[in-house]
Amino acid sequence: MNAVRFGRYALNGAAGLSLGFILLPLIFVTWLAFFRQEIPSFPPEGYSLQWFTAAANNKPFIDGFVLSLEVAVVSTLIGLALGVPASLALVRHRIPLGPGVSTLLLLPLVMPGIVLGTATYVFQIEVEIATQIPVMGSLGGLIAAHTLVVIPWVVRLVTASLAGFDRSIEEAAQNLGAGPFTTFWRVTLPSIRPGLVAAALFGFVTSFGNLEMSLFLVGPGRTTLPIAILQYLEWKIDPTVAAASLIQIVLIGAAMIVTDRYVKLSRVV
Amino acid sequence: MSFASHPDDAIRLADVRKQFGDTAALAGVSLKAKPGSFVVLLGPSGCGKSTLLRVLAGLEQATSGTIELSGRDVSRLPPAQRGISMVFQSYALFPHLSVAENIVFGLKARGVPAADRAARLKDAAALVGLGHLLERRPSQLSGGQQQRVALARAIVAQAPICLMDEPLSNLDAKLRNEMRREIRALQQRLKLTMVYVTHDQAEAMSMADQVVLMRDGHVEQDASPAELYARPATRFAATFIGTPPMSLVRLTAGEGGAVLEGAPGHVLAPAQAAGQWLGVRPEEIVLSDAEGLPAGIAGAEFLGGETVLSCVIGTGTQVLQVRVPGLCALPVGTPVRLRLPQTLHLFDDATGRRIEDFPSNLASPFSSKDNATCR
Ligand SMILES: Nc1ncnc2c1ncn2[C@@H]1O[C@H](COP(=O)(O)OP(=O)(O)O)[C@@H](O)[C@H]1O
Ligand SMILES: [Mg+2]
Repeated sequence: MNAVRFGRYALNGAAGLSLGFILLPLIFVTWLAFFRQEIPSFPPEGYSLQWFTAAANNKPFIDGFVLSLEVAVVSTLIGLALGVPASLALVRHRIPLGPGVSTLLLLPLVMPGIVLGTATYVFQIEVEIATQIPVMGSLGGLIAAHTLVVIPWVVRLVTASLAGFDRSIEEAAQNLGAGPFTTFWRVTLPSIRPGLVAAALFGFVTSFGNLEMSLFLVGPGRTTLPIAILQYLEWKIDPTVAAASLIQIVLIGAAMIVTDRYVKLSRVV
Repeated sequence: MSFASHPDDAIRLADVRKQFGDTAALAGVSLKAKPGSFVVLLGPSGCGKSTLLRVLAGLEQATSGTIELSGRDVSRLPPAQRGISMVFQSYALFPHLSVAENIVFGLKARGVPAADRAARLKDAAALVGLGHLLERRPSQLSGGQQQRVALARAIVAQAPICLMDEPLSNLDAKLRNEMRREIRALQQRLKLTMVYVTHDQAEAMSMADQVVLMRDGHVEQDASPAELYARPATRFAATFIGTPPMSLVRLTAGEGGAVLEGAPGHVLAPAQAAGQWLGVRPEEIVLSDAEGLPAGIAGAEFLGGETVLSCVIGTGTQVLQVRVPGLCALPVGTPVRLRLPQTLHLFDDATGRRIEDFPSNLASPFSSKDNATCR
């Protein structure tokens, strides 16, 4: 009995430690964002909101935010458009080399960002040389690369949703007079909606926060928010960066909470 | 039975085959159904009932053969164009839609005007007693209620033919009996041609106008419940119908005709029947004090209204089951006498088929007085 109780305490303790380990940086960033002085030092000399104003008036940050948003939205949509059919094919049909294809589609998730960035960089240059189309440093090139890191989330979450899918509801729809398209749109997609929403959310966040790969691919005058922050940090270490980070954390946190109201993320991820 | 095309038949299948790789799920099925009749596909699990239903509905493409509905060849038509509604075993309700949306899904898909939809929804919901649950999601309903939604969704389509695949298998026994009667009443009221799948022979017998007994992908017997009970065409049919099913015992050659092993004095059939199988319905055997086939009690199973006795014949090993009314607590080993009925069934040992011209007068040497007792 005591051993069981001890085990439970130990487990709870370990969970608490991990949680603290994850939260600590967030807590420090949050705290730092409100410091009054420019050079972060402890204890703070006082508190102010000036760094939020500074972040909101920083043109590279604003431009970076808009670009990151654009890229993340478009690449998430493209990732869904490619990943959903791919998942359907993988789950429902015996396609040749199915497991291989599946692994390939999940690979960008585990590949180090630097490796992915280098590979994409070299590839885009080769394409540009071969076709004379300016790919490198273009918005299209950046979106294509980001789509690559969105797809694994879509494939992972949507295949999981499809695996437990009762296909007789699609047959029922067809029996009731729905064609293949109506069946897909009105029965299949709504049934895997939790997986789709989660995939969109995680795909979006992954793209939005991507730094390593983007570093290789941005062109002059086209900088994503993470890169803008990095560039700012090369010259200054004042809490403007902390303020900008806090704004992002709040936005993403809010998105998660709103999403979780509609689909329970803990059930699909 | 002839399988010539006839517009009077609501359904007509001719030599329908369905192959899944090496398995022949349907090995040449032919059958006909009259409009407004209740046809039950009966058979053990894996015999191809669901496959036949799915081929009919167009959810599965037959490997060969033709399917005609009211004289129209639909073999190549997609499910939506066959004029068939269907109730699935799992109900297959749309989890993301309310009960009302589930029911009108098909009407929407077919472009029925909204006003018409509302009226038909109201009718269908009332018919199955769902009026008060229309706004719920399927996950908020009990199994029986989900079953009713599936039923309403099928009948609202007003298709002349309705298919049901073991629709009651997920319900408890009491609800099952209730739904049996309701489905039968609904079918008669709406004059539907129903094809209903079950592996429960009691369900089949109680609901059907026509029972299609299947085995290993082919039709074993296609007949009315009364015919199936009274004249099973094969040994398989004989042992599939009845509670308990017909007992089968092997006849051997004896003095003066065919007898059962261990009871040499009792001739049951002409001599040429030796080696064939004798079938007797347990409810038609009568326990007797004085006369009849000598047997010993080997077991008794009390079912409430009746008792099923297993009786070993004479000094042999073959067993006949006997169904007697009420409680009959005879201890194992008690000697009894069994009076066999007029109607005995004889089946060929090699083919398993019924032997038709079986002189039944010879078969029942024990007929007249009824002095059955259960001590
Ligand atoms: N999609 C399928 N693929 C392969 N074999 C199948 C498929 N559907 C059914 N079968 C096989 O066909 C036979 C008949 O199945 P089914 O029609 O489901 O039987 P029942 O409904 O009478 O239990 C079984 O042997 C089953 O394994
Ligand atoms: Mg089945």
